[in-house]
Amino acid sequence: MAEVEESSKRMFAGLSDISISEDIPVEGDISVPVRSQNADDDFSTLDEPVKDTILRDLRAVGQKFVHVLYPKKSSALLKDWDLWGPLLLCVTLALMLQGGSADSGDDGRPQFAEVFVIIWFGSVIITLNSKLLGGTISFFQSLCVLGYCILPLTVAMIVCRIVLLGSISSISFVVRLIVVTASFCWSTFASTAFLADSQPANRKALVVYPVFLFYFVIGWMILTFSPSP
Amino acid sequence: MANTDFHLQFQEFEDEQGFTENNQGATTVTIDDPIKSRKQRKATGTAFEEEDDDDKTELLSGQRKSAPFWTFEYYQTLFDVDSHQVKNRIVGSILPWPGKNFIEVYLRSNPDLYGPFWICATLVFAIAVSGNISSFLVHQGQPKFRYVPDFSKVTMAATAIYSYAWLVPLALWGFLTWRNRKITSLVSYSFLQIVCVYGYSLSIYIPAVILWIIPNEGLRWCSIVVALCLSGSVLVLTFWPAIRDDKPRITTAIISTIVILHVLLAVGCKACFFSTYEMDPSKYHNEPSTATNTSSTN
Repeated sequence: MAEVEESSKRMFAGLSDISISEDIPVEGDISVPVRSQNADDDFSTLDEPVKDTILRDLRAVGQKFVHVLYPKKSSALLKDWDLWGPLLLCVTLALMLQGGSADSGDDGRPQFAEVFVIIWFGSVIITLNSKLLGGTISFFQSLCVLGYCILPLTVAMIVCRIVLLGSISSISFVVRLIVVTASFCWSTFASTAFLADSQPANRKALVVYPVFLFYFVIGWMILTFSPSP
Repeated sequence: MANTDFHLQFQEFEDEQGFTENNQGATTVTIDDPIKSRKQRKATGTAFEEEDDDDKTELLSGQRKSAPFWTFEYYQTLFDVDSHQVKNRIVGSILPWPGKNFIEVYLRSNPDLYGPFWICATLVFAIAVSGNISSFLVHQGQPKFRYVPDFSKVTMAATAIYSYAWLVPLALWGFLTWRNRKITSLVSYSFLQIVCVYGYSLSIYIPAVILWIIPNEGLRWCSIVVALCLSGSVLVLTFWPAIRDDKPRITTAIISTIVILHVLLAVGCKACFFSTYEMDPSKYHNEPSTATNTSSTN
């Protein structure tokens, strides 16, 4: 008996040397089975009034807006992603870039479909780019972050429209330039605050640059907007 | 004494190979992390970095692109570059060096698609934005001109640049492969390497296009010539080893085709998007007047 124990101890002696070096990042998601309670809640949401359901979703969207306006390194945007906010922002921006004129004489202005396609197609391409470079963020989480971070640019669009209600002069152009530049910097900074952690360290610049280009193009469209007389 | 010295001597082991080869008894768990090993190589000194990458890529070049092309992993191998590698490749495409071949020095069987794609995208938007700014500056003095952003320039520029960056390498690769059957030259490039070279060679045009905002014809032609010389010479130096064993007529034909297409792209972009003399002012003058005419006759 003792000999068997001795031999087994010798056999397993080498296993005590197993070491995993500490600079390998160990990451993943552990889903706590709180979900089962939510499953019970899902059944009961059929009975609640519609107003509650809508308000709950709106509250989630509004909470994410607040997270974008005050970007800290939190994962609130990433955990429960939703695409309602980006859709709302994208439609608002595309409608406001129309200028309210129905004539097709000024057809240099971007059409609604062009703005929509640029925003969504651009977001998809940036997400694919970050995943190809080895990012750990999921597809829809990235779309969610990029869409929500358009919020400062939409606010800048509203401000520009208000400024343009006055006269079109160089003062208004300087004001609009400052507002759009500030909101562009804000958008880029907010999205990198959320996205930067999921990228490998030596490729962060490669992932941030397309985001910069994307918001630059949107900011350009906002800045060059001129309303019809 | 000598025996104990041998046993007491400290043996340096290489990263993973040393452990598995020399210590058969020990159990070591190694997790293969290419980013970690690259970081370790960087820590040992950047002077050796290029050689280490060279060794590693030559060892792995047989295994690198083994994933079938319909899987996501295959495309991930095409984006396997770091920030400093992209920066080096861009610098290498701007400064031609007579001895250095871009593909051999910078690509080394690791062509990437990140550079070509995003350089082309940046160039498209730079042309659109600069074209709009320059037409705005040209028309600034005219009273009846109201600035309207011309969004169709983006789609035109995108079509032109992306087709140049993908169709010309395709044609060139096809032609070189066809010639290689007749004349086996030592150097043959894959399609992705040619796409990579063409993509990175367009990077000099981005500052040139931004310079074109200034509505001065002399400055524009000057910057075109400089950009053409730099990127054209990079292209010629890259493809020269592949075709120099061929007949002289074919060689000159290929070189002149490469240069002419490059010139056409630059001059075409300038002519389409940045014309200092505008034919359009009459259009803007006539439209409001015809509108008032029709409304008054109605």
